[in-house]
Amino acid sequence: MMANTPNTATAAPVQENRKIRRFGMVINLDNCTGCGSCMMTCAVENNCAPAKEKITDRTGITLMRVFPVNDRQPMPVRQAGFVPMPCMQCEDPPCELVCPQQAVELDPLSGIVDQMPQRCFGCRYCMAACPYHARYFNWYDPEWPKGMEQTLNPAVAPRMRGVVEKCDFCHGRLHLAEDQAAIDGNDDYTYTPACVEACPTQAIVFGDLNDEDSEVSQLAKDPNSFRFLAKLGTEPKVYYYSEHEWRRNLAERDMNGNASRNEGKEA
Amino acid sequence: MINRSLLLFVAGAAVMLLAGWVAFPRALYRQVAQPLDFDHKAHTVTAEMECLSCHEYRYDGTFAGIPKIDNCALCHSEPLGETENERKLVDEYITPGKEIPWLVYSRQPINTRFSHSVHTERAKVECERCHGDHGKSETLRPYEYNLVSGYSRDIWGPSISRLRRQPHQGMKMDDCMGCHQERGAVAGCLGCHR
Repeated sequence: MMANTPNTATAAPVQENRKIRRFGMVINLDNCTGCGSCMMTCAVENNCAPAKEKITDRTGITLMRVFPVNDRQPMPVRQAGFVPMPCMQCEDPPCELVCPQQAVELDPLSGIVDQMPQRCFGCRYCMAACPYHARYFNWYDPEWPKGMEQTLNPAVAPRMRGVVEKCDFCHGRLHLAEDQAAIDGNDDYTYTPACVEACPTQAIVFGDLNDEDSEVSQLAKDPNSFRFLAKLGTEPKVYYYSEHEWRRNLAERDMNGNASRNEGKEA
Repeated sequence: MINRSLLLFVAGAAVMLLAGWVAFPRALYRQVAQPLDFDHKAHTVTAEMECLSCHEYRYDGTFAGIPKIDNCALCHSEPLGETENERKLVDEYITPGKEIPWLVYSRQPINTRFSHSVHTERAKVECERCHGDHGKSETLRPYEYNLVSGYSRDIWGPSISRLRRQPHQGMKMDDCMGCHQERGAVAGCLGCHR
């Protein structure tokens, strides 16, 4: 009975008639006020259970996370800001490389890094491999207060204890966009992730980086746009934008906060 | 002595094989009767309706699945025939405006995303490819569910060994992937999972 079972783990070539997209984001750090709307909407959209008591930054699940940053100047002249960090959707994802279960893969059609919770056995190797700390482990059973299960999003399956999860650019919304395109008879669709929709200052621009005319691919080419840890060569598809040099320099700052060799060079 | 040992071995093997292939599959599934016996044939053959007349798409391309009672009431606000089932439909469900608690044979686990519109509208797959001749059936067979997983028996298919399986039988991931690979239709994991 297993004889004609295809090996589902091997990625086969993409159908010729399908459009290949590379969904990406540009986040304008100058517009981000650190309000946390994106984090809240993300948790609701993706059925993240409310945090248990005594949960910490390391044990909680924040698929989108806003980090406070500053330029490390003395106080009267110090400048501060915020950096929202979803999964960077690397084109060459280190998490895919290390996963022993093949539970992570780069979607050939959308360029989104897929995480399959049902296949994950919770070794957390991917969390160690991710340079952006964009992956989160379910330390506890997801539990909702009585009655709140009614608010769950039917387009997203809740994850179970013992697996890793991460931002997948609101895949449930992508599915709905595909349904709509199929009934309309075209393959020309885009969609808006929850964080993009929720941002009150419209700091996040989302779209297809393969489409030369899209706002996101224009902005990504802007000289003020940069990517975090681009030197690692993982080719992240989440870009950041800032007109302030110190914010652009955050990109190559090391763990101890020391400036990298390139810091101070104006682009 | 050797013959006696052999006999014991064969008898033991036969008992275990029967337990594994006959008794266990029977014990694994529980049957539940549908709330109402629906006659698909009367609708699709006698009344010449399409599948999509009742199992329709919403404006946004999502599949409505089993129709709501309002949909039945469009024709059956009064009984059209003489059958006991129709009388029950009108008296117990349509008149009080109550939904029929159908048990869905082909319901997938919650982590599965299946888009009907992508399959039937874009890829032009016939309903019969996955649902067989369900649309021409005269009675609803009992719903069977797996006591361990809670999934419908249609997910695995009627035969435990899956030998001589018809193309529409079984809705496991392997069955999906078999058809996808034949057609060269490939999506990432999250193309069909959520």
